[in-house]
Amino acid sequence: MQKLLTGNTFAFGNNVDTDQIYPGRFVELTDVEDVAKYAMFGADPEFTCKVKKGDFIIAGTNFGCGSSREHAAITLKAVGIGVIIAESFARIFYRNAINLGLPVLVCPNISKRVTSGSTVQIDLLSGEIFDETGKIAQAEPMSEYIMHIIENGGIKSLIKKQMETKTLVS
Amino acid sequence: MHAIEKLLAKKAGKTSVKAGEIINCEVDMAGINDLYLQTIRSFHEMGGVKVHDPSRVIMFLDHYAPASTIMQAQNQKQFREFCWDQGIDLLMDIDQGVCHQVLVDKGLSYPGEIVVITDSHTTTHGAFGAFGTGVGATDLAIILATGKLWFRVPEIVKINFEGKLPHGVYAKDMILHAIGALGADYAVYKAVEFSGSTLQHLSVSERMALCNMSTEMGAKTSYIQPDDITKAFLKEKMARPYEIYHTDADFVYADEISFDVTKLTPQLAAPSSVDNVYDISEFIGRHIDQAYLGSCTGGRAEDIGIAAHILKGKKVASRTRFVIVPASKGVLLESMEKGYVQTLVEAGATFVTPGCAACLGTHEGMLASGETCITTTNRNFPGRMGDTKAEIFLGSPAAVAAAALMGEIVDPTLYM
Repeated sequence: MQKLLTGNTFAFGNNVDTDQIYPGRFVELTDVEDVAKYAMFGADPEFTCKVKKGDFIIAGTNFGCGSSREHAAITLKAVGIGVIIAESFARIFYRNAINLGLPVLVCPNISKRVTSGSTVQIDLLSGEIFDETGKIAQAEPMSEYIMHIIENGGIKSLIKKQMETKTLVS
Repeated sequence: MHAIEKLLAKKAGKTSVKAGEIINCEVDMAGINDLYLQTIRSFHEMGGVKVHDPSRVIMFLDHYAPASTIMQAQNQKQFREFCWDQGIDLLMDIDQGVCHQVLVDKGLSYPGEIVVITDSHTTTHGAFGAFGTGVGATDLAIILATGKLWFRVPEIVKINFEGKLPHGVYAKDMILHAIGALGADYAVYKAVEFSGSTLQHLSVSERMALCNMSTEMGAKTSYIQPDDITKAFLKEKMARPYEIYHTDADFVYADEISFDVTKLTPQLAAPSSVDNVYDISEFIGRHIDQAYLGSCTGGRAEDIGIAAHILKGKKVASRTRFVIVPASKGVLLESMEKGYVQTLVEAGATFVTPGCAACLGTHEGMLASGETCITTTNRNFPGRMGDTKAEIFLGSPAAVAAAALMGEIVDPTLYM
């Protein structure tokens, strides 16, 4: 996968919860195309009209708090979010995003340095974040274990390989 | 090592573990809710054909119980068929209630075991000394396929509650106060152990409310050291032996905080975040359109009993609706047996099917724009129970029942 990503930014505040990312009343939808229609609907109903493939989400602390609904990560992946950079993530959202192969990086103070409508570049390997003026922030590099999942496009393909190997052995 | 670390080490087949380490653990009980058809899809996408161990899988049709749209019905149909095809006997259909309460009612939440459910409030099982944690659909599918899941061993923080609670003040007030003081991200990725002298006076139901709400401070799991209260509660329910782990005396917590509850007043989390907490006195007189008593946090028989005590022989205020959702079939039966249902229905309350109902904003008690609700549930995010312009206050069962009686926010201790 590409390690150097460039995207336009959509900035949000602290404690953006899963109901804002994907409201409960749409959780019954199961097809990705349907789920994609409601990304960030609770925070900004116009979001899906504005977002383009490869764009970034920038947020404060505790992004994705609340429900375990994987729809929250699925919908952001489905609209093509390239990376989410937040000061911290809620635990279940963080796992869900990684499992789907959606890069999520923790970066202190990022919400004070990047606003909506900017263009930034991130090196997924080093965690360095740049704008046209140069390096503006340093995210925590992803652990080897997590990078391995992201590089494989999510955990499903890894588990599939693991199960196929076991089948061959037995 | 901490009891949680000993538990995780055992399940990972290791002699010791430490915070930050990534381990692969056997999961004792894996639960799936009807919101997450993606679990079954992910299982098949991973190449899954037969579930690793059907006897350790439990399916809950609780969030849409009973289905209120065709799509919900279709999803539930696929869950039932999956259980029948896979030999999953633990199918908890729409008559059973919210996953966490059902597990407890049926004696399936064991001390010293790992419980993983596709529901963020799985931290509830810490009330029994279990390692309960919520995950997404794909993580649960990995358990279906392999019987295991990876975990990062969490740092452990300790929250002590000291002293005896004043009359009319409850575990929900304690935990709202703690979340308000510490913040909604205080325990992100961490395990929270609850301890202190107050716990000796708390029933299992109240302990469950504490552990349940630890999710709202970001906790991965929660823990209360099983004691005589725990053992007495479990004695009648458990079908097999269990192991209780103990924390070594030299264990060092990542953080330790104490709260004195002897002068605690009823608390409210005001819109629109769970850590926006105040003394209830700040909101006295605020009109309430809907009082809602239910959920895996505050829908147990004890909670319904408190409401019956407050409303016995009285009427719900004329411009207020009082919606009650028993957390489970067991809770409903107990509430009927004790006369709570009769009392509350006569007072003007509306009972709906045991389950999650409006707690997550799907059906049975949704809010219109501009309405105000006081509830025993766990979240007051914008749009959580309906329109994003509705306001949700979180409080104790007493605060909710007293508001239903008076039609406005009042100090519940005056009505006990």
